[in-house]
Amino acid sequence: MTKSLDTGVPAGTEPTASGPADVDRAPLRRHRRNRALIQLGCIAVTLFMALPLYLVALAAFTSRSALDRFPLSLLPTDLSTETIGRFLASTGILASLGNSLIVGFGALVLSTVVGVPAAYALARYAFRGKDSYQLFLLFTRALPIVVLSVPLAQLFLSAGIYDTTYAVILLHGALALPTTILITASVFVSVPVDVEEAARVFGCTPAQAFRHVVAPMALPGIAAASIFTFVLSWNEVLGASILTLNRRTLPAQVLTSLNESPLAYRFAGGFALVVPALLFIAVMRRWLTNMWGTTIR
Amino acid sequence: MPGPTAGRATGSAPSRIPSVVWLVGPSVLLMALLFGWPMIAGIVQAFAGPEGFTLAHVERMVADPYFWPSVRNTLLLIVVLIPLQFALALAMALLLRTNPRFGGLYFYVWAIPLAVSDLAAGLVWLAVLTDRGYLNSVLAGLGLTPVPWLAFDNPVSLFVAVLVAELWRATALVLVIVVAGLQGIPKDYEEAAAVFGAGPWQRLRHVLLPLLRPSLQVALILRTILAFQTFAVAQALTGQNFPLLVGETYRWYTILQNENVAAALALVVLLLSMLTSVIYLRTLRQAQT
Amino acid sequence: MRVTQPTRRAFLGGLLTTPLLAACAGFDTSGAASPGTVGFLSTQFAPVEERQRYEQVLSRLPVPVAYNPVDAGVFRTTIDSQTAAGQVQVGMVGGLHGDLAPIAEHLADVESLLADLAPAGFAPELVQLARFGGGAAKYVPWMQATYVLAVHQRALEWLPPGVDPEALDYDGFLRWMQAGAAGNGAPIFGLPAGPRGLHHRFHQGYLLPSFTGGQITAFTSADAVGAWEYLRELWQVTAPASTNYAFMQEPLARGEVLVAWDHVARLIGAVGDRPADWLMVPAPRGPKGLGYMLIVAGVGLPVGGPEREKAEIAVRGMASAPMQIETLRNNAFFPVTSIELPADLPAGVALEARAVKAQNSADDAVLALPPVGVGAHDGQVSQVFKDCFTQICLDGRPARQVVDAQARVLSGLLAELNVPCWAPDPPNAVCEVG
Repeated sequence: MTKSLDTGVPAGTEPTASGPADVDRAPLRRHRRNRALIQLGCIAVTLFMALPLYLVALAAFTSRSALDRFPLSLLPTDLSTETIGRFLASTGILASLGNSLIVGFGALVLSTVVGVPAAYALARYAFRGKDSYQLFLLFTRALPIVVLSVPLAQLFLSAGIYDTTYAVILLHGALALPTTILITASVFVSVPVDVEEAARVFGCTPAQAFRHVVAPMALPGIAAASIFTFVLSWNEVLGASILTLNRRTLPAQVLTSLNESPLAYRFAGGFALVVPALLFIAVMRRWLTNMWGTTIR
Repeated sequence: MPGPTAGRATGSAPSRIPSVVWLVGPSVLLMALLFGWPMIAGIVQAFAGPEGFTLAHVERMVADPYFWPSVRNTLLLIVVLIPLQFALALAMALLLRTNPRFGGLYFYVWAIPLAVSDLAAGLVWLAVLTDRGYLNSVLAGLGLTPVPWLAFDNPVSLFVAVLVAELWRATALVLVIVVAGLQGIPKDYEEAAAVFGAGPWQRLRHVLLPLLRPSLQVALILRTILAFQTFAVAQALTGQNFPLLVGETYRWYTILQNENVAAALALVVLLLSMLTSVIYLRTLRQAQT
Repeated sequence: MRVTQPTRRAFLGGLLTTPLLAACAGFDTSGAASPGTVGFLSTQFAPVEERQRYEQVLSRLPVPVAYNPVDAGVFRTTIDSQTAAGQVQVGMVGGLHGDLAPIAEHLADVESLLADLAPAGFAPELVQLARFGGGAAKYVPWMQATYVLAVHQRALEWLPPGVDPEALDYDGFLRWMQAGAAGNGAPIFGLPAGPRGLHHRFHQGYLLPSFTGGQITAFTSADAVGAWEYLRELWQVTAPASTNYAFMQEPLARGEVLVAWDHVARLIGAVGDRPADWLMVPAPRGPKGLGYMLIVAGVGLPVGGPEREKAEIAVRGMASAPMQIETLRNNAFFPVTSIELPADLPAGVALEARAVKAQNSADDAVLALPPVGVGAHDGQVSQVFKDCFTQICLDGRPARQVVDAQARVLSGLLAELNVPCWAPDPPNAVCEVG
């Protein structure tokens, strides 16, 4: 309804302050002003959010010497792929990219399989110890994991899965579990119980009702949670560094070197690390917002 | 109808209890197996001395010149940052809810900082704010004098720098949770309220916010806990001039190589996080009834 | 949503199952997984280019070595946890003396290796360091470095009359930096005083030895208080952004500062690119001489590590003259053995080599070592010096009061350790704060 109004009035026919049509046009004008203000707000936020990323991309493709100049240019004037090329030629980049993908999707599957049922229970059942359970989940995220380094590594060493992607999948899946459970639960809560009960009345088993009715409606929550899980796994360094030795994930493989590398490399590496996560968000965004324009209008 | 209290009382139905156990059990098991022993081993370090139990590490922690500033900074940052972040995220979500043109693109761009690790975020903002960075380049281009934004003797600009960077980095987390929550709220409600003469502010206050409470509650708890855990941005921008508790934990563990004091600091972070979580759960439940 | 969902779902399904089907324990990212390869865990040469160059250097060894650089925290955690679990998976370890000290108990005795390598001519003070203040040597010296001043030609513009940049004293240096700050309109001197910077080595190895002749035994002396008060004056003309600097080559290359003190390997990036613009000079001298610090890196063999024979071959190879020279050429760390430096070094390295030689062969040179035998307490001992700097220079507290308070912390640490003093302090039986 809004779009037709927006485009329906050609830009040239701005109503003037006087004229007989003044009374009729007031709501339209207000509406248009509102739309313009909304666009303005959106653009302002977009600038704030996108500008830093633009600067990283710019710096990643700028020659080293140009980064040392002052004032820095905000336009792509000294383009060069030298640093990013050197960075991508580092030992183990491809292998660690593969490991990161395995770990990211593995952690995603693990935390979804374990987390979604728990989230459903949290949203639908009133059980004893519910608060304690939530606090228990948060507990693991509230303790800085660095102090667990040695015992955690020892645990995986004695379990015989040290230096494998399985170890990192387990750790990242567990680290992501609290976000998965709580976010998914918050969306389950808002799926009306009636819908589910109606399905049951029509002969669905609880599992079927969940699969065909609840799960699709809870998809935005699951999508949001999966973004968090993947991104967490994609960017996690410490756990991956202490649980692996020769089978590192991408951040564990390169972040130490980036930290100590010249500025140009930090930009190049920072940019290269962001790109895959951006692709993932682009895919997941569709599920996250898939109710817009369909069920709700 | 949808609402935060939409739950089913299990009470007397005994067949329900096993299903809850089946649903919740695996997560408890996974967490306990993975973190149970390391956590005990980690926490015990805070009080372990050559002759058994000792408070020496805690005393050492408190006596460190960076301890109280880091407590103060951590709390200050959270108290100022989180309300700002929620206001911004809510405003962003409401902007999107009006279905603006290019809304899908906007949402994507606004979610981008999620993908950026905190190390990279620190790098980006350092590049912007450093003495010869992008911001001062712009100022110089306009003929103005560059400003040393990150100078150690200017605590206000240091704090604002950390605040802006964290606002940029972590608002997307709140936004995504709120947007996912908004998906379940039919627009009919607001339209009905509008028909009955409710203004935009009243619709937000009395229709949207109550329905969003589960999402806001979760976002609040998660965001606060994660805010206690981040320090990379502050460290990149300020070095040791704006110490945070978790940064101190890492410093004691990796640079000072004293895992006992690090464990004591980690316990302080844990206690503060759990305390706020309990307060949130309590107050938000009271608000419900 | 209804129309496109099947395709999306198929896409997601594909995305999720492919890696799972292919799921293996993971891909090898260092090369150490192939049998017969020596896994070399190290805290050095992590930066992208340094690592690539050093891998080239290592490829000259007769055995395959997989180089795996990590930061100091992960380094220690890895060795500690592998040893505790009884499954050491690292063939050899390399790091600075301070990185190796906390894990020394997990390293094998290398005295016999050192004896075999004696003809290479390791400097005796380096071998002494490897013994961690008594007992058998736990590592073979790998390479060494020190700290010097890098000076941009432009800074010479403000050189006060009578001050020789090649033979500075602290007073002349201060006057120079003051003139530079006044002439430039902003400070021209920078110190690596950020969390990842090494400024504590300046206090421990340069400032205090030059002013007091000691590091620990003269910690509370009037000379030491004078040294800190000097530093406070110097700090007035030091770039305030220094509290965020880690590697001085970056602010130097950007032109934020024109003069900087740092580790030679942390200066080479700026100097190596445009050697004609730079001067490398020894640190200034003080009333008690020219204090300077020696940094040593070593390679050790973890107890119970795999591929021990090949690892020993690698360690022997790394002590050879060509390997030592190649390391200097590529990554600006100096040889630990008695060899002549070749004449055809890269220009930046040649500048550094000249400054290093002038510094340690000065008549009044005072050699200082980083804390020896303090093991895992190295970080905490160094923190005492950093705190002195922070409280005296940044917070402006009275030097005497700060020094006395920090002396109590330092005494507490040393009392736990019960170790002899290290250079430049006389090797008393037990090191005590004086």
